[in-house]
Amino acid sequence: MAISRRTLLSAAGSSAVAVSFPFRPAIAQGAPIKLGSILDNSGNLDIYGKPMVMATAMAVEELNTAGGLLGRKIELKQYDSQSDIALYTKFAQQLVREDKVDVVHGGITSASREAVRQTFRRANTLYFYNVLYEGGVCDRNCMVTGTTPAQAVEPVIDHAMKQWGNKIYTLAADYNYGQITAKWVQHYVEQRRGTVLKTDFFPLDVADFGSTIAKIQEAQPNFVVAALVGGAHLSFFRQWAASGMTKKIPLASTTFGVGNEHLALSPAEGDGILIAGNYSQEINTPANKDFLARWQKKFGETKIVHEIAVSQYQGIMLWAECVKKAGTIEREALLKAIESNPKIEGPAGTVALEAKTHHAALDIQLMEVKGQKLTILQTAKQRPPSDTAQFCDLAKNPNENKQFEVKT
Amino acid sequence: MDYAAVVLLEVCYMIAFLALISAGLAIVFGMMRVINLAHGEFVMLGGYATIAASKAGINIYFAMLVIAPVVVGVIGLVVERLIVRFLYGRIIDTMLATWGLSLLLIGLVTLIFGNTAVSVPAPIPGYQVGRYQMGGYNLFVIAIAILLMLGMWLVLRYTRVGLVARGAMQGADVVAALGHNPKTIYMLTFTAGAALSGLAGGVMAPLTGLLPSVGGAYIAKAFITVITGGAAVIAGTLSTSALFGTVNQLVSFASTPVIGEIAMLALALVLLRLMPQGVTGRLFRNST
Repeated sequence: MAISRRTLLSAAGSSAVAVSFPFRPAIAQGAPIKLGSILDNSGNLDIYGKPMVMATAMAVEELNTAGGLLGRKIELKQYDSQSDIALYTKFAQQLVREDKVDVVHGGITSASREAVRQTFRRANTLYFYNVLYEGGVCDRNCMVTGTTPAQAVEPVIDHAMKQWGNKIYTLAADYNYGQITAKWVQHYVEQRRGTVLKTDFFPLDVADFGSTIAKIQEAQPNFVVAALVGGAHLSFFRQWAASGMTKKIPLASTTFGVGNEHLALSPAEGDGILIAGNYSQEINTPANKDFLARWQKKFGETKIVHEIAVSQYQGIMLWAECVKKAGTIEREALLKAIESNPKIEGPAGTVALEAKTHHAALDIQLMEVKGQKLTILQTAKQRPPSDTAQFCDLAKNPNENKQFEVKT
Repeated sequence: MDYAAVVLLEVCYMIAFLALISAGLAIVFGMMRVINLAHGEFVMLGGYATIAASKAGINIYFAMLVIAPVVVGVIGLVVERLIVRFLYGRIIDTMLATWGLSLLLIGLVTLIFGNTAVSVPAPIPGYQVGRYQMGGYNLFVIAIAILLMLGMWLVLRYTRVGLVARGAMQGADVVAALGHNPKTIYMLTFTAGAALSGLAGGVMAPLTGLLPSVGGAYIAKAFITVITGGAAVIAGTLSTSALFGTVNQLVSFASTPVIGEIAMLALALVLLRLMPQGVTGRLFRNST
């Protein structure tokens, strides 16, 4: 083999690294801490996943720029599950067996969370699920930093019923998120002496809502609650507007905006939809403005920052806080830190993890879509995940491993 | 009463939808016996052509009615020259080749447009039926389907081109003996089928979000419509579209859209068991 200048230089370079390495332990940082993540970066659910992947990269980069954790760098193992549940189980195995990661932050749909949660539990790999969901997961290995129905669904229902009336029509995605959320909707409506006229469920690939829109008009509800998920279900809002319904029956949603639906629809199509959640880009705090400025600097465009991207960022920062508090990544010590009421200040406000449920108390914004923005109507500080707390007490039963549902 | 009108309109829309997405396949399969498993991707390409053109500032009607069929027609022509023409009469090989083609097209579109849902707003506002609001664009889809079916029928039945095309499908030798080149006829027919698929994709684009993998949602419905329809291109497509569209929507109204689809598939199974040659293999035997 002829030795060119380039191969010679690179060989010299790598041997220089090899030689210098043994002399570095004085400042050595040991092996990096491995953070695993599985998110849908393509496919039907990529409207959720892409900004979450960016938020993950940004959080890890910021932690590393600040010197890492415990003097060690953080190494990110990011996998794209392509909106395919089978890939979640595959990559979960890969993360625990091949990569041997120290913590996992990932999963978007509740179906994906349930596909991987037991794998991480069996492998004793701590798992953070940073997405709004239907509540009730009671598992000491699983930390949730997204909102639950008590936090985000109840305020919407409460406000909508006061404003519009007590007859409700529910549309929900046909998997565990939609099914359980629909039960919570019914629970909160009935608590307020209202009636759910009908609940319709739709598989994630349904894109034709013609018969449904006619049926809603036949039922004449005071408002419609939409717990719809993914790109195909976006057609509902489009077809609803195309038939001129936006001015006839108001809409409330438990998911709208989380996938930046308000940007995909024109202002005429989206205006007036009522939602509640942990985050809006309109939050007027230094923490949020600074976060958006850093995002702008890294990615050049903040339009796509949505609630669960912020949740993912906050989840990683909360985990980092616990690692600092514990002074180790050893599981039991870290769990102790997790269960000593850690809290961080994120772009969406305080995130305070509760020991009893491993869920977080969060600031909740009641919002209305206006001119492709999520404008804030009211803010409730530190709303607790009281739905899950009704059933779940991990301090008393640390070996609990199930998801509770509301009885209707 | 108003409700009945609403149901009727939704049924008409579903029939129009099935007829539109099946027309291209009906020509390619019904007339040429070529099983084009990339049919769904032709529809998808029509949708992307429409959205890309309308985002570039071109009038949306021009984009869906002219640009989409022309673009997909040209793609169809290229596909016929490069792949399909070597495989006439070899059904299994054609299936394999066109299936590969469908994967290739999904991959290419993902590379170009990204694996992200895109859409355009419907250009027609809603209207009122009694106390119900309806999608105005649905009427446009129904009108296009009627014009398309009428146009295809007139061409196949009353023009020389249509006569030669039908002749070539029945007896290529005879048509060749009369001085026409069957290969040219096959090529043009395949191109026309692709163009019709592109038109369907363009017209449907404002109603549904578009993903590179959306073809899968169309192809199953198009195939059961065409195969249950049988040999006659227009009578077959129309009769099964009407039957499936009605059943699908009525059951959807009575229960949910999911049960509606199941009812349609169950009906297709029963029909094919009773009439293995398709509806027009038993009824309307001398139709076009």
